[in-house]
Amino acid sequence: MTDTAWIDAALTSARPQAVGALLRYFRNLDTAEEAFQNACLRALKSWPQNGPPRDPAAWLIMVGRNVAIDDIRRTSKQQALPEDEAISDLDDAEEQLAERLDGSHYRDDILRLLFICCHPDLPATQQIALALRIVSGLTVKQIARAFLVSEAAMEQRITRAKARVADADVPFETPGAVERSERLVSVAAMIYLIFNEGYSASGDTAEIRSPLCEEAIRLARLLLRLFQSEPEIMGLTALLLLQHARAAARFDADGAVILLDDQDRSLWNKSLIAEGLALIDKAMRHRRSGPYQVQAAIAALHARADKPEDTDWTQIDLLYGALEIMQPSPVVTLNRAVAVSKVKGPEAALDMIEPLAQRLSNYFHYFGVRGAFLMQLGRNDEARTAFDRAIALANTSAEAAHIRMHLDRLQRDSQPRGKKAGR
Amino acid sequence: MLYAILCYHDEDHVGSWTKEQDAAVMTKLAVVQEKLTKQGRLGPVARLLPTTAATTLRKDDPPLVLDGPYAETKEQLLGFYVVDCKNLDEALEVARDLGAANPGGAYEIRPVGVFRPGSVQS
Repeated sequence: MTDTAWIDAALTSARPQAVGALLRYFRNLDTAEEAFQNACLRALKSWPQNGPPRDPAAWLIMVGRNVAIDDIRRTSKQQALPEDEAISDLDDAEEQLAERLDGSHYRDDILRLLFICCHPDLPATQQIALALRIVSGLTVKQIARAFLVSEAAMEQRITRAKARVADADVPFETPGAVERSERLVSVAAMIYLIFNEGYSASGDTAEIRSPLCEEAIRLARLLLRLFQSEPEIMGLTALLLLQHARAAARFDADGAVILLDDQDRSLWNKSLIAEGLALIDKAMRHRRSGPYQVQAAIAALHARADKPEDTDWTQIDLLYGALEIMQPSPVVTLNRAVAVSKVKGPEAALDMIEPLAQRLSNYFHYFGVRGAFLMQLGRNDEARTAFDRAIALANTSAEAAHIRMHLDRLQRDSQPRGKKAGR
Repeated sequence: MLYAILCYHDEDHVGSWTKEQDAAVMTKLAVVQEKLTKQGRLGPVARLLPTTAATTLRKDDPPLVLDGPYAETKEQLLGFYVVDCKNLDEALEVARDLGAANPGGAYEIRPVGVFRPGSVQS
């Protein structure tokens, strides 16, 4: 094993366990992170010669802890040391440590680490940034790049987040069953946010931001390994896999959006789809439905259709109906209307979204969808008005370009027959 | 004699490979597989989806369905080969070649008792 790429992978995979455990000892994010970095440096020196240890995470925890304690002793005599209890077992052999760290211990440390990152005092953007820095170990530069902000701005965001966590009284004891399930919900939501940061990129930034999607999938799989029988975590993981499977088909060469119906399905990643379908199948057996499962089930119906016309829109309509009950939101109803337009036609779909007009008056997709329904009904003037409004609300140039394509089509269709459109 | 070569590795580790690292391993393994295919010795090769996709049926009465893989170990069964070898030494040689292409983890080498080639295409 001369190639350090493999050591990198080992360090990445051990990171959540190791930083989580170090945080438990030192109760300070910066100290824990620094201790882990130091342990990694030693690993890069030692592992190529001695081979990887039996339990890389335990090795990193032990080395990181000892180095940090030495540092604290050396650099600041005034600074209070961690409680004796926490550091009394300094002479632990790796083997004993590994044994103690097994199983549930790891689970609590990782969960605590994830939970700290989605502390309710932090705004969502800081939660994501902190998780990517602390749990995933991305560099500030990498995170800044993914979020399309300057490195200095991201550095500040992460520093603020850490300060807020330090101020807040974060409980370090092992979470009880109720707390744990509450934490699981917010941790799942944070992973979904990370994924969406990557997924909502437009064509020109998709390449840069797709690592966020991959990291979210890695975290979801990690969470699922810790909670093997949680159907909502299966659903979340399935949802991310099924959506990310379409990554290669979502934009054309110019970075313009390609809608689901028009995507080249041979570009969909079959292995990710297979894993997503397997997980949603497993989840359904538990008969404890939840929003992630329902969304994954919808994505699964799209994934199972070889051609767009094979899509089971009736079932998708029913699933959106279920989602409307679990998570009522005008956006869910808007999505359901698209399914309704396929099952019952554009008229029924239009009736369905009419009541949403006020609440979605600043929502790009509302006017895009509305314009499309009106166009299908041949109400071209009204469609044009809706599309114009959509362009005004577009968040990215790719979104605007997509609507302009519809407008061009309207333009062509409204030319009198027999006359060539002279441009 | 047919030997099954069962591939064990730490799933967290393999799951942390980047796409490029993963592709590099697969390319190296393909070289070993190619050689065995040319010699007509390579049977089915399977890479398994993550253990989170696994379900276990315990053959109790009544049977019990559990989420996850059968064995809780540090290293998980991630795939397998079926290879025609004269003896264990030859099977070990194949495993060593595969191991050079994809270091880390372990191969369990098990002689195959019953073999039906089947006809499934993935």
